[in-house]
Amino acid sequence: MTLFIEQCLNGLQFGLLLFLLAAGLTLVFGIMDLVNLAHGSLYMVGAYLAATFAAWTGSFVLGALLALAGTLLVGMAVEVVVMRRLYGRDHLDHVLGTFGLILFFDELVRLIWGPEGLSLPLPSWLNTSVTILPGVDYSAYKFAIIVVTLAVATGLYVLVMRTRVGMLIRAGASNREMVGALGVNIKLLFTLVFGLGAALAGLAGLMQAPILTVQIGMGENILILAFVITVIGGIGSIRGAFVAALLVGFIDTVGRSYLPDLLRLILSPNAAATAAPALSSMLIYLLMAVVLVVRPEGLFPAVRK
Amino acid sequence: MSGALTVRNIAVIALMAALALLPVYVGLGGNAFLLTLFTRIAILGLAAVSLNLILGYGGMMSFGHAAYLGIGGYAVGILAHEGITSGFVQWPVALAASALFALVIGALSLRTRGVYFIMITLAFAQMAYYVVAGLARYGGDDGLTIYKRSQFFAPLNLSNKVQFYYVCLALLFASIYLVHRLVNSRFGMVVQGSRSNDGRMRAIGFPTYRYRLVCFVIAGTLCGLAGALIANNTDFVSPAMMYWTRSGDLIIMAVLGGMGSVIGPLIGAVALLVLEEALSGITEYWQIILGPLLLLVVLFARGGIDGLLSKIRVGVAR
Amino acid sequence: MSGSLLHVENLAKRFAGIVASDDLGLDVETGELHAVIGPNGAGKTTLIAQLGGQLVPDAGRIVFAGSDITTLPMDARSRLGLARSFQITSLFLDLSVLDNVALAVQAHAGHSFRFWRDARKEKELREPARAALARVGLADRADRVTSALSHGEHRLIELAMALAGRPRMLLLDEPMAGLGPEESARMVEMLRALKKEVTILLVEHDMGAVFALADRITVLVYGRVIATGAPADIRSNAAVRDAYLGEAEATDHV
Repeated sequence: MTLFIEQCLNGLQFGLLLFLLAAGLTLVFGIMDLVNLAHGSLYMVGAYLAATFAAWTGSFVLGALLALAGTLLVGMAVEVVVMRRLYGRDHLDHVLGTFGLILFFDELVRLIWGPEGLSLPLPSWLNTSVTILPGVDYSAYKFAIIVVTLAVATGLYVLVMRTRVGMLIRAGASNREMVGALGVNIKLLFTLVFGLGAALAGLAGLMQAPILTVQIGMGENILILAFVITVIGGIGSIRGAFVAALLVGFIDTVGRSYLPDLLRLILSPNAAATAAPALSSMLIYLLMAVVLVVRPEGLFPAVRK
Repeated sequence: MSGALTVRNIAVIALMAALALLPVYVGLGGNAFLLTLFTRIAILGLAAVSLNLILGYGGMMSFGHAAYLGIGGYAVGILAHEGITSGFVQWPVALAASALFALVIGALSLRTRGVYFIMITLAFAQMAYYVVAGLARYGGDDGLTIYKRSQFFAPLNLSNKVQFYYVCLALLFASIYLVHRLVNSRFGMVVQGSRSNDGRMRAIGFPTYRYRLVCFVIAGTLCGLAGALIANNTDFVSPAMMYWTRSGDLIIMAVLGGMGSVIGPLIGAVALLVLEEALSGITEYWQIILGPLLLLVVLFARGGIDGLLSKIRVGVAR
Repeated sequence: MSGSLLHVENLAKRFAGIVASDDLGLDVETGELHAVIGPNGAGKTTLIAQLGGQLVPDAGRIVFAGSDITTLPMDARSRLGLARSFQITSLFLDLSVLDNVALAVQAHAGHSFRFWRDARKEKELREPARAALARVGLADRADRVTSALSHGEHRLIELAMALAGRPRMLLLDEPMAGLGPEESARMVEMLRALKKEVTILLVEHDMGAVFALADRITVLVYGRVIATGAPADIRSNAAVRDAYLGEAEATDHV
């Protein structure tokens, strides 16, 4: 039972991390109608910067904050230099152009930090466990991730639903030209939104760094999941991204843990051992396929003009 | 290709002649490595040409095309592993498996358009990657070595480099011709019209979905053939062949070479791989210009190399 | 009325509170040019969309040449001989003018699972396409890329495409939209000649054209038919004058 609770918490933590990533992606698509394949690269930049700054300053938290600021700056720079030339163009152009960015960033990181990857060790005060429920101990760091991402998600909600900037964001999502015509500085708004997306991606990257990985190509791996979540949740919808991310997080984590056992009930141990890893990987895509058949625009499609 | 004697057409003919005569040049004392390089170019060129059928002509931006390289390759690899080395069995299986996968993915994905289509084809191809990587029996992540190339009838020996090169080249040229006839046929006109304005196509009476699906399957099947060739070329298959960024590589070839013609992607494959060889001799970080280069092509030279060549007019202005 | 080529009865369509079609009924007889007029917002384009298959009505029936086509998909209607042109030009801009019209011919020339023969060399497709282009006066522009032509010429290509399938009936949605006086006059002459060969349902704002061409006119206000009849009767109809022709007379060139 405790194992199950732990797996559920892991699923929650993974899902929330994915949400941070997917939120940025779907936000940028919803507001600027821009497909950004290089979103994963910003995730990678966040992780690399965090590992580097933490090593320089000796403090995990300081390193994280500096990395966040750094990713924000990188994001905004990319927006000004590259994205501005892509707005309004065919989606194919976006995909190709941002794919070029992926190649660029991968090589740049290899140039600066070498091909080996980095590590970001946890400070001792985070490297313990907390007692969630009587008898259930959970990694303090993973718990911190859950807390932080929930806080960020709430902040995002407040920002989008309750502030003037958020109102502009929602207005821009449904009618870009109108917002521009109303005299709002669209250029600045777009830069800020893109920067926000980059910061979210960077945060996700740096938070997962101690427990997963800091290496070249990590962005390409996770990008697929972000896309799947965006498709399931509905492009342009943050609420959709939240629900879909949790769904994907749970199914992937809990599925991977329990599928081998489930398979052993119906197949021979040999067959189960062969099929399990392959099938576990397929789970999320099966979910996506089902959603596509039943609701092709996603669970919460943002109403777009 | 119009019959006109333009710079572009001459360049294309020269390229094809050079490709056909390469082994002769190598035989006469040229660098043997060229044969290895250009075998790879021919195979990836075939893959890129197949992709352009749906990308440039069909307007279907599929980021999952590399999956067929893997499916075709693993068909050969798995059968070889299980003791079946006859090409007469392996290659049809490679083609059939690719066609089936394309049929299923296409049927689901082609109900969507634009960004959704991109993401969905990407996701399904990646799914295939994970499934293959999970097959421990066939090497999983580490890949699968192939100890014996596909066997055909007596004089044909794929282990002979020159013979294998000509097999790849022949299949490449045949595929280019096939795609050429396809895109100019009635079928091709429907696919092109659908790319241009799908709503209008349906309004004038075409049930476009079925045509696009068939096009998708043909493209996937051709790429599966390329996969079978790769397996023989490298004597090795691994899931990395089908990782989604490999699909990006194919797209780069098509865009760089020119999506507006059948042979454009081959030009792109030649350009990209020759560039790769030339530049990696100079610096190991050459890829850092590839990214911005792609971006520049997208922004300023959408027609690719083929497009640029076609703009050169020598002699009397029209 | 049985015997009419197109029979519409009790057609209804709502969009979130707006009634676009309200118990709409009309008949188009074979060989006539039947105009549909009405103030902006009267639901004319919605009517054409339901007849063409781009929209499905909430209620009512549409019968074409004896078959109920109410829910038939648009490509099937086209194959039955009911073709439409579009108010907002929707062509294959990156293909040549001839390619555009040839596609319209191809749609009616059996299935297109032909993979080998060069379609651009098929007489079966190219000749009717050239003929349709000649009808609208664009024969010499056949090999230009469509994006290079003017808006007026695009409207003519629209017409040629609708004709290319040899339809029994044409649904024309504001063919004069955006045309200058010369081009409009040309279009009117075109339609006058076409009348003899194909039944036409014409939605138009240009009253001069309407009264010059129509055999019968139906007046639509807020999705409802308020009058149907010969042009002279419509002109003198009090209800129509009140609702519509009062504002139109100011722009009436006839």
